[in-house]
Amino acid sequence: MASLEVKDLSTSFRTDDGVVKAVTGVSFSLEAGQTLGVVGESGSGKSVTFLTVMGLVDPKAATVAGSVLFDGEEMLGLDKDRMRQIRGARIGMIFQDPMTSLNPVKTIGWQLEEAVLIHQDVTRKEARRQSIEILKEVEIPRADTRVDDYPHQFSGGMRQRVMIAMALINSPEILIADEPTTALDVTTQAQILRLMNRLQDEHKMAIVMITHDLGVVAEVANDVIVMYGGKVVEQANVNDLFAGPEMPYTWGLLGSLPRLNSAGGRLEQIPGQPPSLLRPPSGCPFHPRCEYVMSVCRTDLPELRVSQQGDRHVFRCHLDDEARTRIWSGKRAAMTTEDAA
Amino acid sequence: MADELLRVEDLQKHFPVTRGIVFQKQVGSIKAVDGVNFTLHSGETLGVVGESGCGKSTMARCIARLLEPTGGSVVFDGQDITHLDRTAMRTVRREMMMVFQDPYASLNPRKRVGSIVGEPLEVHDVGTANERKRRVQELLEIVGLNPEHYNRFPHEFSGGQRQRIGIARALAINPKLIICDEPVSALDVSVQAQILNLLKDLQSDFGLTYIFIAHDLNVVRHISDRVMVMYLGRAVELGARNDLYVEPKHPYTGALLSAVPIADPEAGRSRRPVILEGDVPSPLNPPSACHFHPRCPRFVDGTCNVETPTLQPVGQGGGHLAACHFPLEHWPMSEEDMRRGQGRAVVGAD
Repeated sequence: MASLEVKDLSTSFRTDDGVVKAVTGVSFSLEAGQTLGVVGESGSGKSVTFLTVMGLVDPKAATVAGSVLFDGEEMLGLDKDRMRQIRGARIGMIFQDPMTSLNPVKTIGWQLEEAVLIHQDVTRKEARRQSIEILKEVEIPRADTRVDDYPHQFSGGMRQRVMIAMALINSPEILIADEPTTALDVTTQAQILRLMNRLQDEHKMAIVMITHDLGVVAEVANDVIVMYGGKVVEQANVNDLFAGPEMPYTWGLLGSLPRLNSAGGRLEQIPGQPPSLLRPPSGCPFHPRCEYVMSVCRTDLPELRVSQQGDRHVFRCHLDDEARTRIWSGKRAAMTTEDAA
Repeated sequence: MADELLRVEDLQKHFPVTRGIVFQKQVGSIKAVDGVNFTLHSGETLGVVGESGCGKSTMARCIARLLEPTGGSVVFDGQDITHLDRTAMRTVRREMMMVFQDPYASLNPRKRVGSIVGEPLEVHDVGTANERKRRVQELLEIVGLNPEHYNRFPHEFSGGQRQRIGIARALAINPKLIICDEPVSALDVSVQAQILNLLKDLQSDFGLTYIFIAHDLNVVRHISDRVMVMYLGRAVELGARNDLYVEPKHPYTGALLSAVPIADPEAGRSRRPVILEGDVPSPLNPPSACHFHPRCPRFVDGTCNVETPTLQPVGQGGGHLAACHFPLEHWPMSEEDMRRGQGRAVVGAD
């Protein structure tokens, strides 16, 4: 099975106000059957990273550097025809808003068939058979008649199922899901997450789950990347990340969550606003909001370094090991007593 | 708890559904809010949760009389405001303000922050121009903005700061009640925490009463004293925060709680969530009797689809109400426990 290896990926956009460095020096790898969670706030570069991977940023406006290896093949700078053979066939993508990603004037069936006909040498009849098959697989009731319906005849959750069906119809090896459940209600979200989980088991594909919801990441991901200001600031196995986060932004994210089992008290808040990518802060991108800021943080970007907890856990922070251990154990104690209260 | 500030009785809002362009005739109605009752005491926060289309925002707009209720009554501070005329309503609105979801759409982009926040003062003719300006600067400071930003436009602010502007505007003439309609759902997590903390601080500083509408159950639990769960225009459960979250009685509340992802990989993956099938049915043609019965794991044919359950006291104390013929005995409960041997009928799966 194929894997995805991204090295030192950077994307910047030229705008009238200057150059926006949306993504800087992002590296990670993804293996078959694994789920990679990518968390970050708006403007952290999580979506742009994967749009770049898919070759979906406008080359006229964007400058891309680095390397994206898919199954050993370099994806950056690939010509259009070759890219089309991969995108939609071997790598599928689901976007956040199922309302705007479907064509309102074509039937669901037509849109699914189109995906098949582009990538496979089959008749329209066969494409239709495959479309009905995949709709059944994503649990659309009465798939053989619903296939002729238009998007407006489907509810939000069903549209997202159609989007998943469309991404899966050519059995991709990697599925990139950009906030797939953000627009959905919580009971529908639970249905969609369960569906994706089942399909992953059956098709043995790798999933990238881009989200701002730490709860979703905790439930589905194997590994997690935390992004801030266009950079990876922490990366770890999901259990390690939630049990022993290593840097102040991740602490803040975990602390600012209202938890089901904590109520009433004050939330820990991260002061200030996410940084402007047009005029990014010098040094560490998080330093203007960090309560442990030191003078070195203002001038030098901390390198990704390996955690004492394991070599697959990396993070960016100038604080020394002793200080970080002390601060996090204090925070964790505060969070658990709050839970008990 | 202190005295009663708001009493909502059998509140209804039905939207007509018409057919035809010239000769429109009514062919049905959408019962967006269908008989909601609750009381709100001064100084408390009532959280309202439910999925999209359950009528929570319509209910809020009816309480503020931004929409005319079809039936029922709203008693605010001892006065029935359901049928007040515009002038009389204007006086009531000094005491009742709203904060909206989208901080991008709810601020006029062509007005400066100073006049946005000062508008309620102007409308209600409070103070001189100078006094108003001083009050606005004071308000900006209260919500954590720089008073010198008085002359800026909304586009110069981030989402979180805009929501602060919206809150400052709501506070301008010292209202008693603030209705917050999804005030944090458009914000990033770290900024969301700032706004929730701000709302709590303002409540203790100014003795505010909140109706807090949200679809995020964690947020509602964090901020509310009591919580109401709505489904297709009706309240299905109402209770003190801890009663409702620790021991939910309505199967829908149980399913909602178990569908919320937990930000703790070990706890999250060890539980067995109750996952509802299908979608929320169309409010144009809601299921008979208990609206939840086609999706309910505890459905009993002949009861749930025939008799409409009313909100009844469950548990101890009498403050915890649920509208269910077969309330949950304990919690947590697996889907099998919920089913309790009763067959689940399949009624029109979509």
